[in-house]
Amino acid sequence: MTQFLQQIINGLSLGSIYALIALGYTMVYGILKLINFAHGEVFMVGAYTGLYAASALGIDAFEASGRSFPLYLALLVLVVAMAAAAVLGVLIEFLAYRPVRNAPRLTPLITAIGVSLFLQNAGMLVFSPNPQRYPAILREVRFEVLGVIVTNIKLTIFGVALALMLGLHLLVQKTWTGRAMRALSFNIDAAKLMGIDTNRVIRSTFAIGSGLAAAGGILFGLDQITINPLMGVLTGLKAFVAAVLGGIGSIPGAVVGGLLIGLAEQLTAGYLSPAYRDAITFLILIGILLLKPEGLLGVVRVEKV
Amino acid sequence: MTLLELLKVEKTFGGLRAVHDVSFAVEKGAIFGLIGPNGAGKTTLFNLITGVYQPDRGAIMFAGKDIAGSRPATIAALGVARTFQNIRIFRAMTVEENVMVAGHHLHTASIVDAMLRSRRYENDERALSKRAGELLQILGLADLARETAGSLPYGSQRRLEIARALMLSPQLLLLDEPAAGMNSQEARTLNEQIRFLRDQLGLTVVLVEHNMAVVMSVCDTIHVVDHGETIAEGTAAEVKVHPKVLAAYLGEEPKQAEI
Amino acid sequence: MRLALRLVATLGVLLAIYGLQFGLEHGLNDYVQRIVLLAGINIILAVGLNLINGTTGQFSIGHAGFMAVGAYSAAYVGVRIAGPLHGVLGQGVLANAVIFNAALLVGALFAGISGLVVGMPSLRLRGDYLAVVTLGFGEIIRILFNNATFLGAATGYFGDDPSGLPAYTNFFWVYAWVAVIVVLIHNLTFSQTGRSLIAIREDEIAAEAMATPTTRLKVTAFAISAATAGIAGGLFAHMQAGVRPEDFRFEKSIDMVVMIIVGGLGSISGAIFGGIFLAVSLELMRDLQQYRLVLYALLLIVIMIVRPQGLLGTRELHHVLRRRAKPARPSGDA
Repeated sequence: MTQFLQQIINGLSLGSIYALIALGYTMVYGILKLINFAHGEVFMVGAYTGLYAASALGIDAFEASGRSFPLYLALLVLVVAMAAAAVLGVLIEFLAYRPVRNAPRLTPLITAIGVSLFLQNAGMLVFSPNPQRYPAILREVRFEVLGVIVTNIKLTIFGVALALMLGLHLLVQKTWTGRAMRALSFNIDAAKLMGIDTNRVIRSTFAIGSGLAAAGGILFGLDQITINPLMGVLTGLKAFVAAVLGGIGSIPGAVVGGLLIGLAEQLTAGYLSPAYRDAITFLILIGILLLKPEGLLGVVRVEKV
Repeated sequence: MTLLELLKVEKTFGGLRAVHDVSFAVEKGAIFGLIGPNGAGKTTLFNLITGVYQPDRGAIMFAGKDIAGSRPATIAALGVARTFQNIRIFRAMTVEENVMVAGHHLHTASIVDAMLRSRRYENDERALSKRAGELLQILGLADLARETAGSLPYGSQRRLEIARALMLSPQLLLLDEPAAGMNSQEARTLNEQIRFLRDQLGLTVVLVEHNMAVVMSVCDTIHVVDHGETIAEGTAAEVKVHPKVLAAYLGEEPKQAEI
Repeated sequence: MRLALRLVATLGVLLAIYGLQFGLEHGLNDYVQRIVLLAGINIILAVGLNLINGTTGQFSIGHAGFMAVGAYSAAYVGVRIAGPLHGVLGQGVLANAVIFNAALLVGALFAGISGLVVGMPSLRLRGDYLAVVTLGFGEIIRILFNNATFLGAATGYFGDDPSGLPAYTNFFWVYAWVAVIVVLIHNLTFSQTGRSLIAIREDEIAAEAMATPTTRLKVTAFAISAATAGIAGGLFAHMQAGVRPEDFRFEKSIDMVVMIIVGGLGSISGAIFGGIFLAVSLELMRDLQQYRLVLYALLLIVIMIVRPQGLLGTRELHHVLRRRAKPARPSGDA
């Protein structure tokens, strides 16, 4: 039983990270009908930015002397990483996606794959292809609850993810930008005709999604302890599957999907075999696309003939 | 003999009731008109008949067989051909190829035959090309056979769609707004062409059309729908003065109209 | 008479290829030879993928999986039947030829079957969703091979011999298969079937309304393209000492996509060009080893922005050349 609870805890924390990344996929797809393959790499850049920001703020000194990295500096690292990722996301949109926005569906898909490959390989050049140890922005504290090991890092992941998702929810429901985003996801041409500056809304969407992914990146680094330039490939893909599972274009769907994928992965690794932890995600992808392509919380769209 | 019959057909999309309790019968050899204001459900009916949508309730009988819910390709193979409201020709292919594509029933060679260019394959191609040529001739497109379909002027594209539909050797031809974008001279030619299709080629024609001059002059029976429901059926003379039809199109009863 | 002419033509082509092989083996060093072989394998991959992605417009980005199935099956079967067949036919060229081609055909068969298995459920989906599902299947296939202990798992399959798989692959066999596949796919594309596939690409709803059996054709085209990827896989396998799962990652699928996009999605001659282009350019960039993949990715992005139709678009080389020869006609449409 404790083994099961342990897997659940681990799965939910992993799933929270997937959810943060999945939100970016789902928001962009909802508006542009584009699978932003490069989103996984934004997640990776966010993680690395966190690493470098922490170094710049002297985390090595703290670690050497055994003191904890101050909370306010940790938050600063988070903000810096999220901001940097937001800028990257907007740049990608502007340079690579906007020129092909009206091209037939395949062209932006290939462009996105190209950007993803570019960032992966550029990352290997800039950040070194070897895995790097993630700084202890949060020093790990373990405690046992009902026989299950919980760390403060896992709790932080839940907390940060929850806070960010609530923030996003408020933004989408209560602010003008959020309303505009929803309008664009229904009908981008109508939104344009209503006088909404679609370019600005799209930029915001990319910025917000990228920021969330960066937060996910830092949390991932804290949880997994090492990062490498290719970390975005598999994780990004799994987060994308999460978005599809939940219903691509649906924000609550991305959250639900992320948590489910995290759980599925942990339970498979724990009870079946670690070798198949990646395969289960692909099986879920195939399953959902064949059985219910609109996802768990998505809406079926009928094509007008 | 009744070739096509719709019996209490229903179709709802989400919250919208597109077609509600629609029934009509089309006699073999008739030219049957389907009219109604925009959004009345006419094209939806075509899509239901040709299998693009499945009706929620009701039956669609073609030559005695219920085709409701069948796949479009199956229905087409049974003898129901159609054109589309916004022309759907294969733009990248030539005019001739557009017509040849529809010749599946003339084509008995297999993929292996095609890959090996067997004698059977070559005979098939000749037969397809010949039949396509005949149809293009009938529709006045023979000179344009080698042109890319996408480069044709609008009127020619419409005629190409009809030629392609005829390649199926159909019994029933559904024309979706064939007169769209035509001036009165072209519309008169269209009338002749539709009559030709029935008189010379033995087709039964169902016509969705907004151009009243065409509808009134060429259709034997006219069925009027509005907001997905039947509001009238009869000859041109009957429908022209039907109060419900006038109300649907003009928005109010004639005796209440103010000068 | 017809048959005789065709046999003579076929023999002629095969002899020409054989002759070229001599020239190449004596004139060029090993390094260049390898590039030439890879170019040929690329052509097979590109022409095959073009059938489903380009001609039929159903975008698959997981074809590396089918290449893997072909590679592993051909390698495994080749090793198994080598013994008995050498026993019957001796150790000579004939025996090797029979073993190799039998293995390749088995590889193609298994790859084709996996194409059917993947295609049947997947081809109901459109556009992005189809692409992602095929990606998923490609990864699953690779993961399965990665965990298949009887095929060497992650280390790879090297046959029974300590020195690895027999190096059957040479210029003649690669280019003989290139010729066969190009001719067959060309004939298929310019036939009623090909027309139907293009119709599906152009407007699937209209194609269905014209009685085209769209599902059957899509799945068939998918299976054929998977089978050709299988042949390429089998050829590739016997150029290496062994078959490894890491040779068939997502990047390989993307390589194949790049080939047909550079040449022009839907054009066979474009696919041939793209296949050669990729083999050559990747090798040319080898000096810029570190930057190779970065440049490659940039190339992809730039092509999509600047000239997404690639070199030839959907047209064939002989169409383009013929049009150039004809004087421009005045356009006078009403």
